[in-house]
Amino acid sequence: MRYSIFSLARNALSRHEHWPLAWRSPEPKRSYEAIVVGGGGHGLATAYYLAKEHEINNVAVLEKGWLGGGNTGRNTTIVRSNYHLDPNAHFYEFSLKLWETLSQELNFNVMYSARGVLNLVHSPADMDAAIRRGNAMCLNGIDAKFLSRDQIAAWIPELDTSSSARFPIVGGLLQPRGGTVRHDAVAWGYARAADACGVDIIQNCEVTGIRLDGGAVSGVDTTRGFISTRKLGIAVAGNSSRLAAMAGIRLPIESHVLQAMVSEPIKPVLDTVVTSGVVHFYISQSDKGELVMGGDLDFYNSYAQRGNLPALEHVVAACLALFPSFGRLRQLRSWGGIMDMTMDGSPIIAKLPVDGLTMTGGWCYGGFKATPASGWLHAYTMARGEPHRLNAAFTLERFAEGRMIDESGTGPKAWAH
Amino acid sequence: MLLIPCPWCGSRNQVEFTYGGDATLKRPPPDAPVEAWYEFVYLRDNPCGPHDELWLHSAGCRRWLKVRRDTRTHDILASARPDQALPGGEP
Amino acid sequence: MTQSHRLAAGGIVDRSRTLDFSFDGAAYQGHPGDMLASALLANGVHLVGRSFKYHRPRGIVTAGADEPNALVQLARGARTEPNTRATQQELYQGLAAASQNRWPSLRFDVGALNDVLSPLFPAGFYYKTFMWPPGPRWWLKYEHAIRRAAGLGHAPRNPDPDHYQHRHAHCDVLVIGGGPAGLAAAQSAARCGARVILCDENAAFGGSVRGAADAIDGAPPASWIAACVDQLAANGDVTLLPRTTAFGYYDQNLVGLIERVADHLPEPPPFTPRQRLWHVRAGIVVLASGALERGIAYAGNDLPGTMLAGAAQAYVSRYGVKPGTRAVIFANNDSAYGAALQLHNAGVTVAAIADARPQAALFGDHPQRARADGIPILPGSAIVRAHGRLRVAGVDLVSLGGGAARRIDCDLVCVSGGWNPAVHLYSQSRGKLRYDDALATFLPDVAPQAIVAAGAANGKFDLGAILSDGHAAGFVAAARAGFAAPARHAAPAADAVSTGPLLPLWSVPARRGAKCFVDWQNDVTVADVALAAREGYRSVEHLKRYTTLGMGTDQGKTGNIVGLALLAAELGVAIPRVGTTTFRPPYTPVTLGTLAGHEAGADLEPTRHSAMHDWHVEHGARMLNAGLWKRPHSYPRPGESEDDAANREAKNVRNRVGLVDVSTLGKIELQGRDVAEFLNRVYINRWDTLAVGRCRYGVMLRDDGMVFDDGTTSRLSATHYLMTTTTLNAVNVMQHLEYLLQVEWPELDVFATSVTEQWAAAALSGPMARKVLATVVSIDVSNAAFPFLAVGDCELAAGKARIPARLFRMSYSGELAYEIHVPVTHGRAMWEAVMAAGEPFGIMAYGTEAMSTLRIEKGHVVVGPEADGRTTADDLGMGKLVSSAKSCIGKPLLARPALTSPDRWQLVGLTAIDGMIPRGGKLVADPGQAAPIPMLGHVSSWCWSPNLDASIGLALLERGRARHGETLWAVSPLADARVRVRVGPPCFIDPEGERLRV
Repeated sequence: MRYSIFSLARNALSRHEHWPLAWRSPEPKRSYEAIVVGGGGHGLATAYYLAKEHEINNVAVLEKGWLGGGNTGRNTTIVRSNYHLDPNAHFYEFSLKLWETLSQELNFNVMYSARGVLNLVHSPADMDAAIRRGNAMCLNGIDAKFLSRDQIAAWIPELDTSSSARFPIVGGLLQPRGGTVRHDAVAWGYARAADACGVDIIQNCEVTGIRLDGGAVSGVDTTRGFISTRKLGIAVAGNSSRLAAMAGIRLPIESHVLQAMVSEPIKPVLDTVVTSGVVHFYISQSDKGELVMGGDLDFYNSYAQRGNLPALEHVVAACLALFPSFGRLRQLRSWGGIMDMTMDGSPIIAKLPVDGLTMTGGWCYGGFKATPASGWLHAYTMARGEPHRLNAAFTLERFAEGRMIDESGTGPKAWAH
Repeated sequence: MLLIPCPWCGSRNQVEFTYGGDATLKRPPPDAPVEAWYEFVYLRDNPCGPHDELWLHSAGCRRWLKVRRDTRTHDILASARPDQALPGGEP
Repeated sequence: MTQSHRLAAGGIVDRSRTLDFSFDGAAYQGHPGDMLASALLANGVHLVGRSFKYHRPRGIVTAGADEPNALVQLARGARTEPNTRATQQELYQGLAAASQNRWPSLRFDVGALNDVLSPLFPAGFYYKTFMWPPGPRWWLKYEHAIRRAAGLGHAPRNPDPDHYQHRHAHCDVLVIGGGPAGLAAAQSAARCGARVILCDENAAFGGSVRGAADAIDGAPPASWIAACVDQLAANGDVTLLPRTTAFGYYDQNLVGLIERVADHLPEPPPFTPRQRLWHVRAGIVVLASGALERGIAYAGNDLPGTMLAGAAQAYVSRYGVKPGTRAVIFANNDSAYGAALQLHNAGVTVAAIADARPQAALFGDHPQRARADGIPILPGSAIVRAHGRLRVAGVDLVSLGGGAARRIDCDLVCVSGGWNPAVHLYSQSRGKLRYDDALATFLPDVAPQAIVAAGAANGKFDLGAILSDGHAAGFVAAARAGFAAPARHAAPAADAVSTGPLLPLWSVPARRGAKCFVDWQNDVTVADVALAAREGYRSVEHLKRYTTLGMGTDQGKTGNIVGLALLAAELGVAIPRVGTTTFRPPYTPVTLGTLAGHEAGADLEPTRHSAMHDWHVEHGARMLNAGLWKRPHSYPRPGESEDDAANREAKNVRNRVGLVDVSTLGKIELQGRDVAEFLNRVYINRWDTLAVGRCRYGVMLRDDGMVFDDGTTSRLSATHYLMTTTTLNAVNVMQHLEYLLQVEWPELDVFATSVTEQWAAAALSGPMARKVLATVVSIDVSNAAFPFLAVGDCELAAGKARIPARLFRMSYSGELAYEIHVPVTHGRAMWEAVMAAGEPFGIMAYGTEAMSTLRIEKGHVVVGPEADGRTTADDLGMGKLVSSAKSCIGKPLLARPALTSPDRWQLVGLTAIDGMIPRGGKLVADPGQAAPIPMLGHVSSWCWSPNLDASIGLALLERGRARHGETLWAVSPLADARVRVRVGPPCFIDPEGERLRV
């Protein structure tokens, strides 16, 4: 059933008792042409584009828990393409373009809200870097504007733009097309659309082993039995190392916990996404009215999906340094997600050194906004057996070759990106 | 909030420490092949479970220490000086 | 209006004093001891808010932290705060509160149109529509309207005037909850000699038995509580924390507590924080957090005047308030009979008790007493529908066995669907829960951390059982914390009450289209749960996210279990198979200011000042952040711009002499027999050839071969060296060296000590530098005696004082220059002495901007703009420095193919041919192309060179060294600027370095 105001009205008459399942819950078949491990946004998008773009419909998505239960449902919903280095800029811009039409593409409102992403600039050195990045964006055909402190003060009066601030705001780089997307809707929308293309989405099915035959993938062992396939795609950011290890591969990745939180819902007070690299903070207000905010990692390897107080306290302190009037609001929920932190801060969307095995992962903080492009390019790489121009740089081999894509220049210290 | 047993100072709050990453890595000799250096610098086991890691007691005695910590639960299983083996050898 | 519903006696309020307060502008009175909610009820006010989605009128449902509806905006100027639970806000004189989420008024709310249109707005309706017309612009328009309708209260617009505190505490036993179980546990743990912290979210200890009629140890609860609290307060090892909520359970038994120090007052007294965050590291935790009552979904179960039965009981017994005049009770368990009896005794007519259970289950003491008191009991029946508009006016009762509905008029409905132990913190501690069929709820099972549950939190609901469970938990906890129990004390005792079984009942079937609420705050109905299941949102997490069940400020304390039981029924599986959503901190919402504590505003991070900071400020310096440091950007004179000042200062260095504060450089002393070997390993160049009394420039790489940091190291004696680092990397370099010395190369005899803060430093630069210096130092500074790169100790004359100093002949500006280091306490005296000595030579202080201009003219790279973490030493033109005679950190991986490619971006100098090189410019061959335009490189640093009268810059450029002489474009689309630039070597002045060797 197509979703629209008309179907909504029609179903209202029957008190919504006839809505069909958004996706089936089939039993796994014994064999698939392609299997995607991970039922988050990236895995579901991979499956959807395999079917949609490459006519590979005999596909299963295996999810160990519930759809969208990993980082798809644990992020701060920000989408943007304000990158400095060419491979990142082109990749994330492709993603942003997919976001722009995704609700219509999937017939599921993912609420892409182009409310702008503003990176605050706090010092002359900061400004050099921000303008350099903005110029790179413009030359790459990506929208960017530089706002003065006065423009920012007029636009977002809640921000402390005084010169007495600990890190005074001197300007900001704005990407107007940046914004937010309703995160759960991305998993559900892709799941529903992939299911409609015939993809089997199998929840509560954990992959426990990868079987190889003569150096090539032959299938996976799961908690629901062995399933054979020749094309296996891994889309399990947070757990990429564990899956790759099943095929005997070590990755340049560490898993770290990143916390985020929301405040109680309040009437609209912040109409854009505001971020600050200096105080490590990002914030937006959800459509429910909650302020959604996050900051740094907890800074130790973790698979625990929960963090500790110091990191949260730091996020809130940064929030109040920027928005002193938010001090009397309250934190409502906090949670943690497990980030694949790579050694250069950029993802891996590539063939792995086992025939038939590919991965999309290594997202560091930035996986959510990459979801459509990650799925699109991962599907391309799985279907064609070779990367697309847009993910050709995001190989596993780049580290051995010295072709790191190190946006922050931090070097091979996973948790510093 | 982690409580980290510093072998020199006793148990201290995590905020006194700086993380140093995987403690099982072995620095290759300077003349080792570039592949060995690539593995040392870039590749990680990244275990889900007990993880031997380095911490610096940066706001304390400024000594580095080894900690074995479970990355699923954050339980701290043991700690030692950098020149000592953690009990039970490598995880 | 004089508290029409206040009882003449009973409760813990102080009737001898009255407090004035207002709600939505109307004036009311209450008493000390009241919550805002009890005071409103005392004045007959039930309607207090509008629901989130449908804007339905809502009343006070609970008497505590679980309140979904009674959220108000506390109006107190800059101290206004949204979404305050009226059930937990203590009344104070002059309190002013307003209802939320309504316009124009609470009684007439235009938003209630949503309720009329609600057939169009089932759970998740927004995922199915608002997609036409296509294009992001349209969703933004829809969203604008949606956002205005959403949200509850208003954020303050002014900075928070209050301050907040953090405290750290350790204890053997932390008891969470000061009700009967918690008090008993604290008492027995304290008797064992354990250090105990007891916290409770209320102002007074006693929990559910505050004001209650039961007897403990044969006395009224009030005297037992008082005796307990007195005894604990007298024990020096016990800390009592009232008004304190345990909100989060973290690793290694750290529990976060929020103490509301001053929220019961109009504003905090002077020097008092508003709230305090406690980080309590507990040996073991006794969780005595009680239980939360749950509702039953039926049509109209959200009308004001509908309350949980336990809440109604609390308002009568604790606050002496009649929450209505004619009540109907709807229950599936015995506990509601306590409420019925209390209401009955308080003079409220209890029109009926509709009990879902059959007659045979009603054998408990309380049902029997109710029957004896003549309260009508209707076994096997339920409320099928409530009537009323802004207040419940009556209910339709049906027999669950079938038959017609019968209407009973009432203005109060008290519901009890059973009790859920408050296991939130137990679950946060990673404790496992088990489903108890008899209680139809989740109970604590086993926990990996040191925590024991007691009392109602442990599934005990009879007062006697609660007391003995708490008492035993205190001994168990103390024993596990290593304290032997003294001769056993008897547990406090209460009369045993016989109780009948609970009959699980989650909802009452309603006519189609009627709304039966599961989550009152977020307007989630039974039909929404069914819709989610029908559409495949069948994980309990999907249910939560799709319907927003439990995502309100009450976090589903009353509705979550009802929702998941309904989901289980829809799916035809047992409740434990559905499971619960993950319990995450905080238990109740936590004020952001409290989380930040004192590290707020200007104190977000420490501010570091050099010893000369005050001098700079006194001399008009414009100060800028450099990491955590404050540094002078320039010293503008009256009427002079900052740029002009910097140009004047830079020119003066080239022509005469200038002094710059370089105290912020990292300084690390290295001592030991193996320092030279160590330096050989960490720097790319050779150090075993450095003589005593000499210094040398060095570059460090990261393990991946990229430039990490640069600086000079001086050999002060055979075994004593001083390393300097960049300002920004001082901490990182120190940590790096410590790591290498302690972990990788413990065999090296080297000790590293950071002395950044022990030494003040200034650089004296310019052709007159030697003449200035010679007048203040005690040693011969002639070129012969103190040549380029010489290092030595001296004394510096500052007035009559002789300051010990270290002198270094090194140059960053490219001029004849010296660095002077003195102990930090002499920093300002040194600075003033040199400035005074330089006066006849035209000395000027210069700031970081002039320093930057001077280094760009010389082509010196900086970590950040040029050494940006992606550049090798060779990229920066320092490939020759990499010694072939030895290895060093980072050298092995430089052999990777992409790092030796001729296409790498390399450092070049740029000179503008026309115009000014734009800030942050990119280098392109042809700016006229359509995007994407290939970028050949970027401007890393740029300046106006007052000495060359030209706009110059440094850049990283693809194959840069092969492009000297080429003309490119430096463009800044952001500034709409483009300028032609000539590429050349990255040095504009004195490439041979003659000026610095004179």
